[in-house]
Amino acid sequence: MYDEARYLMSGDKGLVVEFGNEISEPVNEKVRGMYLAIQKSQMPGIYELIPTYRSLLIQYNPLEIEIDSLIEKLSEIEKDLGAIDLPKPRIVEIPTIYGGEFGEDLGFVAEHNGLSEDEVIKIHSSIDYRIYMLGFTPGFSYLGGMSEKIATPRLKTPRTKIPGGSVGIAGKQTGIYPMESPGGWQLIGRTPVKLYDPASETPIILRAGDYIRFIPIDKDEYDYIHDLAGKKQYKIKIVTE
Amino acid sequence: MKDIVIINPGLYTTVQDRGRWGYQEYGMPVTGAMDDYSLRLANILVGNDEYDAVLETTLNGPEISFNTDVVAAITGANMVPRVNGYTVPMWRSLKLSKGDVLSFEMAREGTRGYIAFAGGLDIPPVMGSRSTYVRGAIGGYEGRKLKSNDEIDLRDKNLPIEQLADRIIPPQYIPQYEDSCIIRVIPGPQDDYFTEESIEKFFNSEYEITKEADRMGYRLSGPQLIHKAGADIISDGINLGSVQVPGHGMPIIMMSDRQTTGGYTKIATVISSDIPVMAQLKPGNKVRFEKIDIREAHKVLKEYENKIKEIKDYVNSYQLNTAGMKRYNLKIEGVSYEVMVEEIV
Repeated sequence: MYDEARYLMSGDKGLVVEFGNEISEPVNEKVRGMYLAIQKSQMPGIYELIPTYRSLLIQYNPLEIEIDSLIEKLSEIEKDLGAIDLPKPRIVEIPTIYGGEFGEDLGFVAEHNGLSEDEVIKIHSSIDYRIYMLGFTPGFSYLGGMSEKIATPRLKTPRTKIPGGSVGIAGKQTGIYPMESPGGWQLIGRTPVKLYDPASETPIILRAGDYIRFIPIDKDEYDYIHDLAGKKQYKIKIVTE
Repeated sequence: MKDIVIINPGLYTTVQDRGRWGYQEYGMPVTGAMDDYSLRLANILVGNDEYDAVLETTLNGPEISFNTDVVAAITGANMVPRVNGYTVPMWRSLKLSKGDVLSFEMAREGTRGYIAFAGGLDIPPVMGSRSTYVRGAIGGYEGRKLKSNDEIDLRDKNLPIEQLADRIIPPQYIPQYEDSCIIRVIPGPQDDYFTEESIEKFFNSEYEITKEADRMGYRLSGPQLIHKAGADIISDGINLGSVQVPGHGMPIIMMSDRQTTGGYTKIATVISSDIPVMAQLKPGNKVRFEKIDIREAHKVLKEYENKIKEIKDYVNSYQLNTAGMKRYNLKIEGVSYEVMVEEIV
């Protein structure tokens, strides 16, 4: 982590506040803190914030706020970051059915790591994963914290079609495909929950700084939730601890 | 039958407005019209909100027929618009009548044309925008580019059409599209990842737009840029106009359909008011990059916005004086035409 944040120009309408050059929870927590503090300040001229692993891209209108004044105000906010108590991160529960037709590669992941399928499920669902950022495709979250015990290389030949909701492993990462797309991740399960629904009032539920908790479910529960989600009646459980 | 019928969609025609802002933190690309200037002027001409949804055409315009009287304005690339086979002016609002057919040719200058309709397009907004995001299959017309036989209604049909027709953009505000141009950029956010020689090369060389140039980004070719120690960074935010340089050392300019984050170094960012210039370039065209200071860039942006405001005031206050003109209805080979004739003294 840097002693002081770096302010980098991203064009005439963008300013990057960079807190470090590493993927770590403390750095990402700074990004979250800055994001929340700027939102709370309701500073004029700022129209969008993009939090990422170690920096925050601030999109501003220079006709509403001058660059010098913007940097000055942001530096003040940054100085106070250590002193303010951030709200506890949200933990979003993602019901997930593991293995079988829903996670075709669970067997391979188990074999690759010398574990049983149940052990893989247990390890995968026993940790809360921090969402460092969203990107790549709408609703795709970059998660951190997966146990190396279940790390598995990507498929040699990527699949052309992966159903939305698929949960996969690629190297030391785990993630969920928010919508149908091609991809090379080892698929270990699937969630019936819709993580991306452009027609919904909250099109994307996950936010940077949240944690994801995978909750293993069986086929009956999967069908039940899938049915509710299809009717837009399923409410994703979000807890704070 | 709806008001507007697409007979032939042209190469790549989509519905676009200013874009889907507010969701980048969730990984949702902004999209929106590539050429902000042409978008806004087209809408100003027909009396719409500056950022209302229009049709964005690419290289080869569509063929459209109308089932109602409409006022339309065509801006951007010169695709030689014709109504019922007769050429009509661009950068001017035109009254089109029920049964008219609007057609285009291949672009002579520029790449992207814009067609705005008074009253706007009746396209349902998705996440606050009518812009089409083709890769994500949302927004615009069923989330895709237009096809033959697609039909679109006008949103507001009760407009004073006569008053909105024949409004013009003064000639000094009509852009000239060149095959090579200078694009102003602000260095950073990762200019420090490049060798000094490479930075110098970037600012003193000509780069060509390759065939890999679409709404997402323009891949350029030219002198290779060398990183001090690798092209990969920990993924961070991408802005409109970000100039990404992956390991191969060739710049990529990120445009409207850009992804929100990325893991390549960004040597510089194109300033907002030069994005419309970029948007009109096509493969084979050449660019040179010129460094501009952030404060200078903000002055340029202010001038750009003032210019658009001036145009808007002008268009709204001025109307072609048709009082001294004579209107005739001509019938040629069974088709009726309304013709205005001005006596030249």
